[in-house]
Amino acid sequence: MKRKEIVAMLLAGGEGKRLGPLTSNLAKPAVHFGGKYRIIDFPLSNCTNSGIDTVGVLTQYQPLVLNSYLGIGSPWDLDRNEGGVAVLPPYVRQDGGEWYKGTANAIYQNIGFVERYQPEYVLVISGDHIYKMDYDLLLDFHKKEQADATIAVLEVPWDEASRFGIMNTDEGNRITSFVEKPAEPKSNLASMGVYIFTWEVLKRYLEEDEANPASSNDFGKDIIPAMLGDERRIMAYPFQDYWKDVGTIKSLWEANMDLLEADSQLNLNDRSWRIYSVNPNQPAQYVAASAHVRNCLINEGCLVQGEVEHSVLSYGVRIGEGSRIKDSFLMPNVKIGRNVVIEKAIVGEGAVVEDGAVYRSEEGADIQLIGTSDMLDN
Amino acid sequence: MKQVLGVINLVNELDDLEELTYNRTIASVPFGGRYRLIDFILSSMVNSDIHSVAVFAHTKYRSLMDHIGSGREWDLARKRSGLFLLPPAVEEVQEMLKGDLYYFHKHRDFFYRSSQEYVVIARSHMVCNINLKEVVNAHIERGADITMVYQQSGEPQLGKCRRIETDAEGRVTDILDHFGPTNSEKISLDIFVMRKDLLLDLVETSLAKGYDHFTRNAIMNNRERLKIYGYAYKGYLGVVNTIPAYFKHSMDLLNPDIWTRLFYDTGNQIYTKIKDEPPCHYTEQSHVANSLIANGCRIEGEVENSIVFRGVKIGKGAKIRNSIVMQNCVIGEDVSLENAILDKDVTVGRGSTLKGSPNAPFLAPKRKRI
Repeated sequence: MKRKEIVAMLLAGGEGKRLGPLTSNLAKPAVHFGGKYRIIDFPLSNCTNSGIDTVGVLTQYQPLVLNSYLGIGSPWDLDRNEGGVAVLPPYVRQDGGEWYKGTANAIYQNIGFVERYQPEYVLVISGDHIYKMDYDLLLDFHKKEQADATIAVLEVPWDEASRFGIMNTDEGNRITSFVEKPAEPKSNLASMGVYIFTWEVLKRYLEEDEANPASSNDFGKDIIPAMLGDERRIMAYPFQDYWKDVGTIKSLWEANMDLLEADSQLNLNDRSWRIYSVNPNQPAQYVAASAHVRNCLINEGCLVQGEVEHSVLSYGVRIGEGSRIKDSFLMPNVKIGRNVVIEKAIVGEGAVVEDGAVYRSEEGADIQLIGTSDMLDN
Repeated sequence: MKQVLGVINLVNELDDLEELTYNRTIASVPFGGRYRLIDFILSSMVNSDIHSVAVFAHTKYRSLMDHIGSGREWDLARKRSGLFLLPPAVEEVQEMLKGDLYYFHKHRDFFYRSSQEYVVIARSHMVCNINLKEVVNAHIERGADITMVYQQSGEPQLGKCRRIETDAEGRVTDILDHFGPTNSEKISLDIFVMRKDLLLDLVETSLAKGYDHFTRNAIMNNRERLKIYGYAYKGYLGVVNTIPAYFKHSMDLLNPDIWTRLFYDTGNQIYTKIKDEPPCHYTEQSHVANSLIANGCRIEGEVENSIVFRGVKIGKGAKIRNSIVMQNCVIGEDVSLENAILDKDVTVGRGSTLKGSPNAPFLAPKRKRI
């Protein structure tokens, strides 16, 4: 096997409990986003655009849709002779097997995969964030700083800092301590869940961590604190672009609405940094004479006959005459009848909304989740 | 349908598309917001389980090669069978003038090497979504030598097409050329099914007699000797080889019934080259009515009764009516466009007015700056 400078390990095994019924039969990274994407398209496209051609995707919960979506990685140009995308679910060995106990354990169980490429560095990313990032710049920074680990950090508003894993740094961007969701944050640099490790160092810590029965085998809770305890050189890499954790229904909705802002920071139209996805082969969208479409993102295969305002429509959506959709995110193949009113909602894949149904929400109310009955039952 | 070979014959394909084919073969003329003409027949073949398709390219096929590439989007990038792009195998320029039978002959190895028993020969300018499996089955059941696909239609045709006549049993009694008056309402799709060995025999015997035109010589001249039957195709058909026909059949897609009939009713998708464009962005000021819009566009102006291809930018205050705007065009602010066809990469500067008539649309060639 040809040697690779860097191998990416994409953590895609999260259960996504906070997304409720949206993840009842789907892994979180496979959740739809932005009209034509699934969340995992962002980290995968970032990898391919950053020149990383070897990506291990660690799957665990509800992997069926995700596995078939990934295929051999062709949509992201990751069908390579050497490397490419590899789906890595937990597997059974001679002496038994077990689920991934935590993020660190997931990598530990796949040390064999990483070692096949004898990389100098390993990029650890996760499948539940929406952002565009050049990992190559992160790697340059890591090398220049001769770090053992580099963690990408984002400046968050001070009043929100207590919701994140916060890095405290010295003047030279070296991380001095790490606190998960601090009540009184001393810094507003939040971890983005994007790490580069020097593989040799990481491997040692993974092995030590595995030997410690008290450990929860998690990067944030165990590996990073252990490395900091040993005064390993861990650097913070400041990232200034758009980044959003879409782990909850509210944040998933918000991230979709962010795309509609006139000065949206997440430019999907950038030809030098395309976000790739599996193509559903749909014809151009049809907007009827009776339709009224304002401030929307609409994907191919839609047929719009009603009024749509400030919303995101995924492929194959049908909107009947007289219906009014506002502030909503409609997943693929949603069928909306006539004279339906939907405001501030996420409508699940393939949902059928009967004529005349009204889903209006009060000011300040939660995002409504509209889906097929079996989906909501779960 | 392992036993069927597909041939898309671009040799001397009738083409009156003016500026649209100055630099490209008719097969790669953009159509319907995101397709090229060849996508329809190529997808139909693939959807009918034809896994081996030869495209007989003739002239100006660079854009076609770029479009179909390895055939991956059509699932034709394969180890066994797959897509074969066969350019003219000529030694001297004069040979380019010869008919399609000559090209079939030059590439006869392709036919000899294939194990398939039957051949479906088609053109690229027919916009349709056809189940060829049914055509081949009908051909075999009826014991025909050749089956020709036609559509019964009383509508006047703006494209140049052949008409055929059949008797009560469906046997083809006459095949006419593209011109001349006729009362027949049977429009040929120029899709032929026959056994591969019959095709090879027709190629060799016609050439031996000095004839080199497939339809005119190999088929029409043998119509009494061979059992040629018609097969009626009932889906949507657009014969697109003239500008008025291009305009009409494009605008047909603005009828949701036709849009649904062509793209959804058969259950078979039309494939095309993937561009990875994001969904179309309609801004606060945009106003779009009765239009077909592709991905990657940003629409800030008004669009009515029009077709907008992938990656087009339409500025504030622009008014686009009854027009076709191809991929990556940039329409400046306050531009007014009516009955126009803009080929790809056209830039229309702020405040310009371009107007054609429905019968003679304004045509802007590729990359023009107005």
